[in-house]
Amino acid sequence: MEFFKIRRTIPFMRYALIFNVISLITFIAAVFFLVHRGLNYSIEFTGGTLVEVGYREPANVEGIRSALERAGYKAEVQNFGSSREVLLRLHLEKNESTSELAQKVLGVLKQENPNAELRRVEFVGPQVGRELAEYGALALLVTAVGIVLYLWLRFEWRFGLAAIIANLHDVVIILGFFAFFQWEFSLPVLAAVLAVLGYSVNESVVVFDRVRENFRKMRKASTPEVIDSSITGVISRTIITHGCTQMMVTTMLIFGGQALHYFALALTIGILFGIYSSVLVASPIVMWLGAKREQFIKPARKGRRDEHEGAVV
Amino acid sequence: MNRFPTWKYAVIAFVIAAAFLYTLPNFFGESPAVQVASAKSTVKVDSSVLARVEQALQAANLRPTGLVVDDTGVRVRFADTDSQLRAKDVIDRALNPDANDRGYSVALNLLSASPTWLTAIHALPMYLGLDLRGGVHFLLQVDTAAAITTRVESLAAELRGQLREKSIRYGGITRDGQTIRIRFRDAAVREQARAYILNSVPDLNVAERDDGQDLQLVCTVKPEFQKRVQETALQQNMLTLSKRVNELGVAEPVIQQQGADRIVVQLPGVQDTARAKEILGRTATLEVRLVDEDAMRGGSSFGDDRFPERRRDGTIAQIPVKKQVYVTGEHFIGASATFDQDQRPAVAVELDDAAGRTMRQVTRENVKHLMAIILFEKGKGEAISVATIQSEFGSRFQITGAFTPQETRDLALLIRAGALAAPMEIIEERTVGPSLGRDNISKGFHATLWGFSAIVVFMSLYYVVFGLISSLALAVNLLLLIALLSLLQATLTLPGIAAIALTLGMAIDANVLINERIREELRGGATPQAAIAAGYERAWNTILDSNVTTLIAGLALLIFGQGPVRGFAVVHVLGILTSMFSAVTVSRAVVNLTYGHRRRVQRLRIGDTAWK
Repeated sequence: MEFFKIRRTIPFMRYALIFNVISLITFIAAVFFLVHRGLNYSIEFTGGTLVEVGYREPANVEGIRSALERAGYKAEVQNFGSSREVLLRLHLEKNESTSELAQKVLGVLKQENPNAELRRVEFVGPQVGRELAEYGALALLVTAVGIVLYLWLRFEWRFGLAAIIANLHDVVIILGFFAFFQWEFSLPVLAAVLAVLGYSVNESVVVFDRVRENFRKMRKASTPEVIDSSITGVISRTIITHGCTQMMVTTMLIFGGQALHYFALALTIGILFGIYSSVLVASPIVMWLGAKREQFIKPARKGRRDEHEGAVV
Repeated sequence: MNRFPTWKYAVIAFVIAAAFLYTLPNFFGESPAVQVASAKSTVKVDSSVLARVEQALQAANLRPTGLVVDDTGVRVRFADTDSQLRAKDVIDRALNPDANDRGYSVALNLLSASPTWLTAIHALPMYLGLDLRGGVHFLLQVDTAAAITTRVESLAAELRGQLREKSIRYGGITRDGQTIRIRFRDAAVREQARAYILNSVPDLNVAERDDGQDLQLVCTVKPEFQKRVQETALQQNMLTLSKRVNELGVAEPVIQQQGADRIVVQLPGVQDTARAKEILGRTATLEVRLVDEDAMRGGSSFGDDRFPERRRDGTIAQIPVKKQVYVTGEHFIGASATFDQDQRPAVAVELDDAAGRTMRQVTRENVKHLMAIILFEKGKGEAISVATIQSEFGSRFQITGAFTPQETRDLALLIRAGALAAPMEIIEERTVGPSLGRDNISKGFHATLWGFSAIVVFMSLYYVVFGLISSLALAVNLLLLIALLSLLQATLTLPGIAAIALTLGMAIDANVLINERIREELRGGATPQAAIAAGYERAWNTILDSNVTTLIAGLALLIFGQGPVRGFAVVHVLGILTSMFSAVTVSRAVVNLTYGHRRRVQRLRIGDTAWK
């Protein structure tokens, strides 16, 4: 079986400008929604109490809501996963002794329906939330810097810069989706976003590796030609790899339940945009930053080694 | 060219065999068990305890399926949970005849049902996180500043006494946060005091300050002192917490320091979270102080603290108490409910040696004066006992007050469980019910299983034999990853299972790269053997580069990640490492075994490469 019988080099770089304009527009839209709507942070970041309650029969969300209201709690109530599970979010309030809150709330719920079973409680104090946000930002920064440095060492600074621009733009777009749909941004989502960053840089690396190889092989070709032929050469691998990863992520989306839902969703967006950006955004940036053959061929040393090898054979 | 030396095959076979061995315990499941551990430092759990347990079980006609004694205590396995529950009560009654003074903690536990020879080579099942097995997780913030302030307060009190003793006439000593200010009228006296403090109170920095006509010495505590107090306070609190956890009877509690001033407490399998929290969260500390009798008679109560005292007749009096603290809660080493000579409920307590000496000195100097014992709970102090010192006493004495017998029992428990050196606050809590834990395991398992199957089917269709080999490599990757997680006893959480799935999905990339490269070489006209060699060799650079970038992100998550993110990162990083081995070396070994030893290979079954 072979899906991709590509006989000619596809002139990707002819459309470089279009690709970059598309991603610029998506990027700006994502930033707009991030600023305008903001992320719907989970209580891990904002601090507060989260209570998951299971019932034997479909839960009466309205009833729970009004019971809590009567008892004087301000809670967001929603179904979680199935109709028998309910998630309550209680935001931090100054004078409430937070660690006892969950028990009191459960008491109220048991009055309303004695079948209520406590499945999960998460309480996060405000200082922990702030720290988590700080550490998350720090992890993002360290990852970005580390990747640029590594690519700089292995390739050249233009490649490192291009890869990180392309992939940070992925990150912003994922966040943009979360802002637009007001999906809950939790710690596992943060982990997914960072994993995507590493994963899609990996994609750029595969293309760049081929670019480096082709710069050495195709001595007469211009830079856009080299990049075109490199992308064409790896496109089938790109799509198959991402297809496989996406298969895994899709099963997570289907079977993983609510706890992994947004995690898998973030990965899905990341993988889709990862293909696009690391191939079709990173490469034009490399081109515009002025990558040339000379940067990869060190004439003196290379030449001598070739002679030497020739002599041995 | 596509042959490995024999030793290389041997190494690969050995690694896979070892991985299989260490993965085994995960398949045996768990059997119900009762765990007996020491609840006191003076009580040892050894074979004599084992004999007592056996006896008790025999008497109750309960047949255990296994009995083990090791450093952590005695563990008794049972065939079903019914006999486990009954056995727990039986053992508890046999070992702890006095419910007020428990020497052993008896807890329900689940033990791996894998054979003992596996356990002997340290092959254990994966350590499941709380989100998978259910339980409580607390993160507690220790208010170390409060501990330091308390110590500074007692330093100030000591200074007062010492300066008076040395006849150094000071105008007044006040504590302001963590600084002590001493006022003087005379510069020479101040100099004398400065020299004295520098010499005999090494924990203080001393600076002179002139405030108008007021001459002052400003004493601040040294950073080493702060650090020392902070560390001991944290250690003390952790010790106290573990004593309290023992009272709860939890099988495998985790009590760990996190950062400079935080403590993580994890109680797997605890159902009654309300009670767990009540016992852990109790922020009671005891202080022994003297009552300011001048103030009681209507004199100035300047510099005193006032605490309410509940009298026997139900009224509440405010007791002025001097600021100096003689003994704090961490020095109480024993307490039990009892009755005094008038048959009133009382608590008999025992202090450690250092506090005993202090107590002896204080009581000698203050016979016929009033002493108060103050209980601080949830930030509020209450004088639980105000009594006249009848005679000098040391490390053993009774606390009497307006108690009911129930209250003396609670108080004894509170004192015995140890007081906290510094107040703590729960700043993070995760409680996961057992049903949710089971759900999470099955969801994670199914997601991984179906994803894995889908990849295997696709790869085998698309790359035929090479696809099968890639799938085999992927299966080895999963095996290695689970073996490594079991061996390291790293905590597996739901995000960790997600990381297993994701890592498998990403690991196939290396094989896709290799297979695509081989196809390309074949299209370019290379012979099958040359195509295999070139395919693996050329793909290696790319695989390395792409894995390193993924690894950078994984490590950043590992370093900065907390909670769920950390669980994800551990598995992710380990998975990247195992995938480099399995996808490249293992798959190559299988390819070599398949094709490398044939004299002639007509064509490789790697899918359609005939088109040009």
